[in-house]
Amino acid sequence: MSNPTKTYLCIVCGFVYDEATGRPEDGIVAGTRWADVPDSWACPDCGVAKADFEIVEI
Amino acid sequence: MQPLIIIGAGLAGWTTVREFRKLDAATPVMLITADSGDFYAKPSLSNAFAQGRSPAQLVSTPAAKLVETQNVTLRAHTRVRAIDPVRRVVTTSHGKFAYRDLVLATGAQAMRVPLAGDAAGSVLSVNSLQDFSAFHARVVGTDSSQNHSKHIVILGAGLIGCEFANDLAGAGYRVSVVDPAERPLAALLPAQAGEQLQGALAELGVTWHFGCTVRAVDQNPDKSDPALRVSLSNEVQVLTDTVLSAIGLRADTALAQTTGLACERGIVVDTALQTSDPHIYALGDGAQYASAGGRTLPFVMPIMSAARALAATLAGQRTELVFPLMPVTIKTPALPIVVAAPAPGLAGQWTSNDPGLWQFMGAENRQHGFVLTGQHTARRGEQARLVQV
Repeated sequence: MSNPTKTYLCIVCGFVYDEATGRPEDGIVAGTRWADVPDSWACPDCGVAKADFEIVEI
Repeated sequence: MQPLIIIGAGLAGWTTVREFRKLDAATPVMLITADSGDFYAKPSLSNAFAQGRSPAQLVSTPAAKLVETQNVTLRAHTRVRAIDPVRRVVTTSHGKFAYRDLVLATGAQAMRVPLAGDAAGSVLSVNSLQDFSAFHARVVGTDSSQNHSKHIVILGAGLIGCEFANDLAGAGYRVSVVDPAERPLAALLPAQAGEQLQGALAELGVTWHFGCTVRAVDQNPDKSDPALRVSLSNEVQVLTDTVLSAIGLRADTALAQTTGLACERGIVVDTALQTSDPHIYALGDGAQYASAGGRTLPFVMPIMSAARALAATLAGQRTELVFPLMPVTIKTPALPIVVAAPAPGLAGQWTSNDPGLWQFMGAENRQHGFVLTGQHTARRGEQARLVQV
């Protein structure tokens, strides 16, 4: 059994990345783990880097 | 070495600090703010209920951590009384500070319309985490079992009004929205897109009152729950627990004006974010950007672009700000929307061949904007590539 998916929050604008849904419009398929999201990916709402996201319990 | 002083600890102020520190680790930086300096994502204020997050949980980076990581001197809970642009000195409620360069990131204030009635003073607006705490306390109250009977009237069906309506209705509150227009987001969206949102939020339980305004807010004359009675201009009366005003923001130019800086709708800045004083800069909701044709620009994206350009200028490399295409995500989960609005006054019209996509077409069949709704929001990248900024 795989681990449950997690969500990550952009600390700048509040955008939420959910591993369960991924970000298909950016080529990141559903189920993509945060660690596997490319470092070049930027927040779609504010443009900050992946490094400015933190794990959250929602 | 005199410090770089930044006034305001919102997204504009802190992002300028962060971007400046990427380029210059040595120059002292002081940040002066009337609040605590804690950093929070302001867009989260209008989806906190659905996510079950309390005001305290919305602080994403405490001020103390930013002070340490960004090597900045923080003057929290400090009011700026005056700026002397000749001597380059800021006078505050906690002393005087000299600056090398000064950045005004003082933001905007919630607009309010005068209302009649003996409870007009109870109307709230939310433009900061502090405001949100007050609103949250009023709405949640002490007895959480009562939530689902609570009723909230929202003034304004713009972006913030619609986001709050969705958030509160989704969390089980009863919500009514009042707006003089004929549909939500009338200034931003083509009619059909606005009607889609109207329908989606109505399905969620939102009651709309269009084509009217709120005239008065009184105590409920029956002296019973709910506490307030809202009287609309069309003679309709609505009993409610809370009234939230979300009719828009106006640039806060008070400090800039008393300093003698050029101000119109906002603090006037050139393409390098310089005000009419060569050592004072401005960005964020308070600035009127030459790079945007003399407009003020709300939302997150313009602040991020402006802060990057300003940081480079302050680090010694004068940088002209050029705004990219900045689509706005409207956080209405009942009908997600992405809008890239054409520049105001641009000739053209909205066209649509698809129920979730509108394109703003101008002369020579050039596309200047788009609106995407529902699952079509995934086509944001594709549409952004078609737009000519």
